[in-house]
Amino acid sequence: MAERSPWAEDRARAIVDDHRAMPGALLPLLHALQEEFGCIDEPAVPLLADALNLSRAEVHGVVTFYQDFRRTRPGRHVVKVCRAEACQAVGAESLLDHVKRTLAVSEGETTPDGAFTLEAVYCLGNCALGPAVMIDDTLHGRVGPARFDALAKTHRAEDPA
Amino acid sequence: MSTPRVFIPRDAAALSVGADAVASAVRAEAEARDLAVEIVRTGSRGLLWLEPLLEVEGPDGTRYAFGPMTPEAVPELFEAGVPAPDTAHPLALGPTEAIPYLADQHRVTFSRCGIIDPLSVADYRAHGGFAGLDRALTMTAEEICAAVTDSGLRGRGGAGFPAGRKWDTVRTAPGETKYIACNADEGDSGTFADRMLMEGDPFLLIEGITIAGLATGATEGFIYMRSEYPHAITTMRDAVALAEAEGWLGDGIHGTDRRFHLHVRVGAGAYICGEETAMLESLEGRRGQVRAKPPLPALEGLFGKPTVVNNVLTLAAVPDILAFGPDVYATFGVGRSRGTQPFQLAGNVRRGGLVEVPFGISLHDLVYRFGGGTASGRPVKAVQAGGPLGAYLPEHLFHLPKDYEAFAAVGAMVGHGGLVVFDDTVDMAAQTRFALEFCAIESCGKCTPCRIGSQRGVEVIDRIVAGEDRDANLALLDDLCTVLADGSLCAMGGLTPQPVRSALRHFPEDFDRPPHTGTARQAAE
Repeated sequence: MAERSPWAEDRARAIVDDHRAMPGALLPLLHALQEEFGCIDEPAVPLLADALNLSRAEVHGVVTFYQDFRRTRPGRHVVKVCRAEACQAVGAESLLDHVKRTLAVSEGETTPDGAFTLEAVYCLGNCALGPAVMIDDTLHGRVGPARFDALAKTHRAEDPA
Repeated sequence: MSTPRVFIPRDAAALSVGADAVASAVRAEAEARDLAVEIVRTGSRGLLWLEPLLEVEGPDGTRYAFGPMTPEAVPELFEAGVPAPDTAHPLALGPTEAIPYLADQHRVTFSRCGIIDPLSVADYRAHGGFAGLDRALTMTAEEICAAVTDSGLRGRGGAGFPAGRKWDTVRTAPGETKYIACNADEGDSGTFADRMLMEGDPFLLIEGITIAGLATGATEGFIYMRSEYPHAITTMRDAVALAEAEGWLGDGIHGTDRRFHLHVRVGAGAYICGEETAMLESLEGRRGQVRAKPPLPALEGLFGKPTVVNNVLTLAAVPDILAFGPDVYATFGVGRSRGTQPFQLAGNVRRGGLVEVPFGISLHDLVYRFGGGTASGRPVKAVQAGGPLGAYLPEHLFHLPKDYEAFAAVGAMVGHGGLVVFDDTVDMAAQTRFALEFCAIESCGKCTPCRIGSQRGVEVIDRIVAGEDRDANLALLDDLCTVLADGSLCAMGGLTPQPVRSALRHFPEDFDRPPHTGTARQAAE
């Protein structure tokens, strides 16, 4: 899992300067900031508004429109469980119930130990090998409850104690 | 004797079931035996139920398949000393091309996918790549547009609009600056063809987009990819950099004075950005809210300039049309649906994967002959065709030929070619509720029927299922569907009634269950 630095204005300004000249720079910039800091921190909004000559409301509107952009830092691993139709046809809903029960979180929440943030997503493009789960940027197919538990255990074991 | 070659996919679906572990096992076994073995990482052949599918090259170049491969089954591959097409191996499937699932297809767009190293320009060239672009470089813009029109190619994203006509509109539109915007925001559940192509044959897409540029006078293009596809994004970015380095993109395409620059952009988890005008808004850095049409994007699209917006599969079909001529492409298909369509078999299906065949194949052939029925072994109850906004079709409609007009005639759509199979444990009332819930979650919020009507629809279905004032609520739901279909700017609100109405029409029994009897799924458990 990538290191997530705390908010640092100098670093943020450097990222903004690298991207601001692109046409339609706001989405690439938000991705770059989230990649660096793990989320879109509040001070990012006026910084982006100023750099791109937009109002704060416009930037806020974009940040909140897209599912991907977070306002708080996630856990060490982000678990995305697909709940679209193709995965539903092979038991995605009961897998999601299992994940919620075993991690003791709901969608959008992070486990108390900070290991996992759970998200429900709609299609990971692995529709012939469902149920599909993505942990960080790695896709897993045919994930039943037992396989999910094994994956969760492996990821917890990899983390520093 | 030359170094034996083993092919293992690097496609995300293959990786999701352990392709990397298989590759490591092959490497370890070769090292333990002190053997030189070349491992080529390819795209997927699309026989996804057999992934990870490993192939061993025979002495005459024929590839022999083994799958679904496990690391434990790797040592046995070396029984004869070197990896050999040993048919005694318990996972041996014989020559890959002779597997009926593949042999019965007609691969055009996916002809190289799973065969070549996706990030080797030399491999792409050796398999006929860039022949279409080379041909296009000798033609006028008008001639290229005419060839695409003559081929009968229609937009593969779902709407089925004639591609040549769209290109010609952009070509003749006034203005110096024009754009190509490739829609790779493949958000429909049950579809993965765009992803497979971008991971397995990315230069084909680059070639198609560049030809679109030559045909319209656009010198800059964007591929808008969904963030749920990190692996495809990496592959596509690498491919663009390689194409630039080898003179197939940028200034001076293949030694000519023509230029085309291509950028990969990433969405941020909004399904609606697969709608063309929402995608343009997103590319411009705004909320993905749909625009009213007119103006057409072909006249006022990205940054207000004339823009070709095409799906991945549309653009990827173009190089072959140019290389072999529009007549060859038009010989495939039926009626006004010309060419081949990569269908995708997904959900509860025994042999899930990619099936590229000419239009006109029946749903029955796809689900049974290719798909082998359900994975669970239970009877098929319904197939959802064309993504989350597509109709749920019962078995008695499986004779329908896959063709835009035949599907439209029964209130269904081909869409992007995705088919999701459900067995008899599915509760259609729950699927209908989900369709409306999905619409409520993913609506961009611009049109009231979609933004609010979808939420009201969820509540109405809950009342119907609870047996509360059924007839009045069924009438209300039908009325709501009419408002959604007629009162929405785009397909999100406009087509959400398709799954709802089709489920109500074909599976009324699921909406009229006495309380407390439970669903078939609960009974099966």
